[in-house]
This record gives sequence, C-alpha cells and structure tokens, in this order.
Amino acid sequence: MSASPRETLDSPQKLQDACISTEGLSVSYAKSYALRDLHLEIPRGSITALVGPSGCGKSSFLKTLNRLTDLITGCRVTGSVRLDGEDIYQSGFDVLSLRRRVGMIFQKPNPFPLSIRRNLTLPLEEHGTQDSAALAAKTEAALRDVGLWDEVKDRLDSSAMILSGGQQQRLCIARALALGPEVVLLDEPCSALDPLSSAVVEDLIASLRESYTVIIVTHNLSQARRIADQTALFWLENGAGTLIETAPTEQFFSQPQHRLTKEYVSGARG
Amino acid sequence: MSPSRGDRWLAGALGLAAALAGGAIVLILAFLVIEAWPALRQVGLSRFLGDSGWLPAAGPDGNFNLVPMLAGTVAVTAGAMLLAVPAGVISAIFCRYYAPLGVSHIYRRLIEVLAGIPSVVYGFWGLVVLVPWITRFRPPGQSLLAGALILALMVLPTVALLAESALRSLPRSYFEGAAALGLGRFTTVRSLALPAAAPGIGAGCVLATARALGETMAVLMVCGNVVQVPTSFFDPIRTLTANIALEMAYATQFHRSALFVSGLALMGLVGLLISAVERLSPKPAYE
Ligand SMILES: Nc1ncnc2c1ncn2[C@@H]1O[C@H](COP(=O)(O)OP(=O)(O)O)[C@@H](O)[C@H]1O
Ligand SMILES: [Mg+2]
Repeated sequence: MSASPRETLDSPQKLQDACISTEGLSVSYAKSYALRDLHLEIPRGSITALVGPSGCGKSSFLKTLNRLTDLITGCRVTGSVRLDGEDIYQSGFDVLSLRRRVGMIFQKPNPFPLSIRRNLTLPLEEHGTQDSAALAAKTEAALRDVGLWDEVKDRLDSSAMILSGGQQQRLCIARALALGPEVVLLDEPCSALDPLSSAVVEDLIASLRESYTVIIVTHNLSQARRIADQTALFWLENGAGTLIETAPTEQFFSQPQHRLTKEYVSGARG
Repeated sequence: MSPSRGDRWLAGALGLAAALAGGAIVLILAFLVIEAWPALRQVGLSRFLGDSGWLPAAGPDGNFNLVPMLAGTVAVTAGAMLLAVPAGVISAIFCRYYAPLGVSHIYRRLIEVLAGIPSVVYGFWGLVVLVPWITRFRPPGQSLLAGALILALMVLPTVALLAESALRSLPRSYFEGAAALGLGRFTTVRSLALPAAAPGIGAGCVLATARALGETMAVLMVCGNVVQVPTSFFDPIRTLTANIALEMAYATQFHRSALFVSGLALMGLVGLLISAVERLSPKPAYE
C-alpha cells in the first residue's frame, strides 16, 4: 500500500467533483485476486450502480471503501482509495470515523437483536451523542427519514427482530443515516426483500441522491436504470474482477460501448 | 401424506427413549418420597425446619433441623457462583474477542482439562493447599470460604465453555454490522455480543449452579461439616449433600429416612432454581 500522494494523477479539479476515487485498486484473498487494478471515480451527490455477474468482486470493492476488508483474515488491498482526496489506507487513518462517514447496508438486513431504539442509539452514543434529548431527536429524525417513524413509534422498545424484512432493512438504513455519513454503500439491499418492500426501499434509496453519495450493487438492471446516475459493469476476466465500462446510466443502457456491456444489458450474458 | 414405515419406527423408538428418560426421573422422585415418608410423617415438616439441632440417630425423639444444611448449601453455592460467573464470562470474552488465535486455542484446551478433573482431586487439592492457606488468616480453615473457592473452580469451566459457545454462535452479520457502523471492540462486546448471547450464558450459569448445588465430595473434604448456620465466610459448614454422604453408611431405619428428607430438600432447591429461571427469563419475541 503506497501512502504517498500521487500529485500527477489527482489534479485539484478532479478532486472537486469526485467524492471517492480509486487508483490501481486490487483486492486479493489468500491466493487469488478478487479485483484487479480498478480505476473508478464516484461523483459526489449522485447514485452509482454497480452491476455484473456474481463473483466479479462487487462486494469486495464496496468493502474496500469502508475498510471492512480489514476484518477478513488473508485479505490484502493494494492501490489507493481516496475519500475527499485523502488516502483512507494511509497509516494512522481513523478507521472508526471512516466507517461513520461511509455507511454500509448489507444484502440481508442485519439489525442488532436489541430494541428498535437501541439499534439507533448504540451507534449514536459510540460516535459522541450522549445527551438523551439529542439521542431521542436524532432517533426520531432518522426513522422519519426512512419512513419508519409512524410504523414503529409506539413500539420503539420492542425487539428489532419482530419487524418485517423491509422494515428491518429500512431500520438498517436509518441506523447508518443517523450518523450523518457522506457516502452510503448498499450491497444488493433489495434482493432479500419481497417486491413491495423492495419498491419502498428503492424509493428510499432514490431519495438519498444529492444529500449523500450513493453506491449500490444490484442484480436488477431495471432498478439500476430507474435510480442510478451512472452505472458501472464489473466482469470476471482472467480469474479476477475488473471494471469493464462506466457511463451515465442512460448511455450505459442505450449506447453501451463495450461488447460485454451490450450483451449484459440485452440479457444475452451474465 | 402418511408417514412411511421407517418414519413410524423412528418415531416409536424416539418416543420410547423419551418415555424411559422421563420415567426414570419420576421413579427416582417417587423412590425419594417413599423412603423419606416415615420420617416426614412421624416428625413432620415443621420439625425439619425448626428443631433445636441435628441428632437423627436417636429415632423419632431426636432432632431433625435441616436449616443449617440448607443454609450451608445455599451459601456455598451462591459464593461459588458469585466468583465463577464473572470469571467464566470474562474468560470467554477474552478467549473469543481479545486473545490471539494461538493463545485462545491453548486457553480453551486448559479450561476443557479443568472440566475433566475429578471432584475428589479438587477436594485433595483444597485440603492440602487451600485449607492451610485459609488457616493462616483464620482457623480452622475448613470453611464456607474454602468450599466456595473450590466449587467456583469446579464450575468455572462450565460457565466459561457455555458462554464461549453462546458467543461463538452469534451470527457474523452482527459483527459486520457493528464494524460497518464504526463501533469499537469494547462497545461491540459489551452492548451487542453480551446482550445477544445472554440467554445462552444464562443457561450455562443455571447448569453450573445446579452442578454446584449437587457437588458432594470436594465440599465434604474442605467445608468442615459442622452443623451450624454460618455467620462468616470462615465458619465451617455442612451441606445437604455432605450430610447424606457422611451419615448414610451407618444410618438405619429412622435416621436413614431422615437422610432421604435431606435428598428431597436438595431436589427442592434445584426445582426452585429451575422454576425461578423459567419465571424470570424473557420469552423470545418470535420463532
Ligand atoms: N471472505 C472471503 N474469503 C475468500 N474469498 C472471498 C471472500 N469474499 C469473497 N471472496 C472471493 O472473491 C471473489 C469476489 O467475490 P465478491 O466480491 O463477493 O463478488 P460479488 O459481490 O460480485 O459477487 C469471489 O471469487 C469470492 O469467492
Ligand atoms: Mg456480492
């Protein structure tokens, strides 16, 4: 991992619009590469969809952005990831506050087996909100943001595990948003949900645009087309995931440049 | 769909096994009650709780106060659990979340070995090492304190191993979620892992308490076996189990029956423990 800034590559102008940029990013597990030499810029305040077949490194890519890869033994990340121009892999970088700034939502909703309220107050307390009035206000605001307040306001102290799948996923989103992140990463957030809940969560994600920089992995191409500003295709080449094409979403679907993209959006492959 | 022949065989075999297990418990209880009955009928429950002492060999006119033994059993068990629960849970947390992989492996093996040591060996060790050590502070050394320390050591592996397995069975997704929210390790352990594993840890503690209540040999060797309600940690005590083990060999007729009442009292304590846990433990919200 090189910690030295790459002046030549990061012109100041580029840094202004890119919230996240990766240079030569590679991820390897034990012996094999999951992702090789990825160059990608994520514009601020937009929604970026990552699509591609299973196993091409999309989840691994998301996990490099909040350094969740640190938890996986044998996982090595090389290259650089810059958040607001700052290399998040430089030594001494505050990983806990990075994860407050870059929230993550998983495929399977994973609320804590605690009360609905505690799911929100626990991370808030950890990141410095101690005053109980402030905690209550932030809890309510976050639940309102995800449209859950009216559904749960009378049972904040019951277990989060009794909520439906869609409600649990929205609670997880609320929990991440309550920390005031800049970036929200979503790894197939709707694929474990029924179609109705999925539509609710999708609307919620679309509403995050502009307030947050959103990166969403999805297998649902029409979902990508509906909500994303730009779309990126990942593919498995020579045993490792690579980025094939990135384009504004309309262009990605109507005038794909790469052969694989054409085949993928037409449903011929993937 | 009707069950296949194989299914019916299996169901029959399982039912039989369950009936045997359940039947054994009922039989043992019935046996205890039958053997205890002569003493219970002639002396009455009130004298078992209110007599002036314990002189059961004198027949129906003797003294039958079991309160010192009840108090001794409860005190030594409570003392042991007070030590073993925090120590066991902390060692499980250390093993699971803080120790390097190699260290935690060795540590677990050690605890498993501790669990396998026979109780008479614990008793020997207590008699030779622990009791003389306590004597230096306050004679006679054979005491409630010695019993509680030995028992704590004996049930510590049960608490530690069951707590560790409860923590290990928590899904990875909790920890991924906690990490993704920037929760530190200490917060994750204290506010997420421990509450989530509480039912399993609690079950381990109940099992360990039941074991401590019923332990005989080691407490008999280190507690001094004086029939008295303890007023300090340094007082010798006699537990219900020791009471039975000490006197059964020579007890006849009425005396023997009175010892069975001791056994019933012990069963009653275990029953009380289990029904208290039943009452207190929160019902799962779903599933
Ligand atoms: N924790 C892990 N340990 C080892 N290999 C992994 C791990 N996670 C993912 N991989 C491997 O990395 C490759 C990419 O996986 P992933 O990033 O999950 O792809 P995607 O999300 O696109 O399906 C796969 O070959 C997978 O087997
Ligand atoms: Mg994935």
